[in-house]
Amino acid sequence: MIVLAVDVEKRLGTFVLAARFEAAAGVTALFGPSGSGKTTIVNMIAGLLTPDRGTIRFGDVVLFDNAAGINVPPHRRGIGYVFQEGRLFPHLSVRQNLDYGRRMSGHPHDAAQFERVVALLDIGSLLDRRPRLLSGGERQRVAIGRALLMRPRLLLLDEPLASLDSRHKREILPYLMRLRDDSGVPMVYVSHTAAELRRIATKVVRLEAGSVVAIGGLELLNDADAYGPE
Amino acid sequence: MLGLSPAEWTAIELSLRIAIVATACALPFGIAIGWVLARKEFWGKTVLDGIVYLPLVLPPVVTGYLLLISFGRRGPIGAFLADYFGIVFSFRWTGAALSCGVMGFPLMVRPIRLALEAIDRRLEDAAATLGANRALVFLTVTLPLALPGVIAGVVLCFARALGEFGATITFVSNIPGETQTISAAIYTLLQVPDGDAAAARLVLIAIVIAFAALIASEWFARRAGMRFRGE
Repeated sequence: MIVLAVDVEKRLGTFVLAARFEAAAGVTALFGPSGSGKTTIVNMIAGLLTPDRGTIRFGDVVLFDNAAGINVPPHRRGIGYVFQEGRLFPHLSVRQNLDYGRRMSGHPHDAAQFERVVALLDIGSLLDRRPRLLSGGERQRVAIGRALLMRPRLLLLDEPLASLDSRHKREILPYLMRLRDDSGVPMVYVSHTAAELRRIATKVVRLEAGSVVAIGGLELLNDADAYGPE
Repeated sequence: MLGLSPAEWTAIELSLRIAIVATACALPFGIAIGWVLARKEFWGKTVLDGIVYLPLVLPPVVTGYLLLISFGRRGPIGAFLADYFGIVFSFRWTGAALSCGVMGFPLMVRPIRLALEAIDRRLEDAAATLGANRALVFLTVTLPLALPGVIAGVVLCFARALGEFGATITFVSNIPGETQTISAAIYTLLQVPDGDAAAARLVLIAIVIAFAALIASEWFARRAGMRFRGE
């Protein structure tokens, strides 16, 4: 079943992106070297960047369609986004960061859900701290929890491990795999590291210089290890 | 009380009231203009920038005179406000608050603008993906992150308003009980032969108030800073 259908064009200076792909349940990897347009695509899915042309659909919902003049603003898309650098709010505690999405969308407090996510990510001991005092790995776990607790229909992860050293990468990956297997939320996962995607992805969209060059399974990761060291 | 005459108490009370009202009324405009200058590019931005900072470089007497001809009873804005809203500035303490607010405004806008420019806009994007509309993003992310700048702007504007003399005396004169602030009272006392002792008392009070404001602002700024450092 197709959950997300993307068909967009965007010109940024001399860089031209034209991408068309579909994502199903599970983890769809956007895989390619730096500068191939991966982050540009997820920003357009999130609504942070407006495509020049095309459509973005989620299930039956049209999120963007320039011909029909539809462009749902990011705060009404219901799409969770885990950024490369975490982007936790420095003026809020970890608990307040986690609770931010729920408060902004006006959902009632759901203690059971909160506890579940906190347990899944092992962040119970961090709740009263400020983001500044967290390690890189802790920060990224909180960022994942924050995105999950807004109850997203889709989760975007943009190089969630790129800012971490290899020890912390190994620390986060099992959480992401648990998330894939337990949460049922479809994910779009951006990375330039084949080894990381081999463990987490269920479908691979390969990008080069702003274009989709191949769509398929994990076998697409094999001939492209040269994209970057782990 | 404290050996001060009722007239002196009146001047103190008036100074504080004028400075507080001037700062409080300037604050929403200061945040709005600071935001526009920090975030928006538009034709005429340089002109707006210039107008905002004009009271800082103009002689205060000139600013006071400009206020008089525009906000006085016969001034176009003053006549309009008096006729339709019953708001009168000339020779009232409200006029003193207006001139103090105008004089303090550039000092308020500048730190607010700088603080807004320094904010990581990507945090605002993150808030939007978490379901916050633009107003909520501003209230829950932008404004709290700019808080140290807002506090600095409030303190500078309040200090300027408390000490304002030239524009105020030009615009609303020096009327005891209505527009005579501590500064104006000191000036008046120094014009009479035996006013030195009374003036010295008011000078002392001005110093005390200034110190208290500084300490209070330091305390607020430290508290705001602490929230970011996670203490």
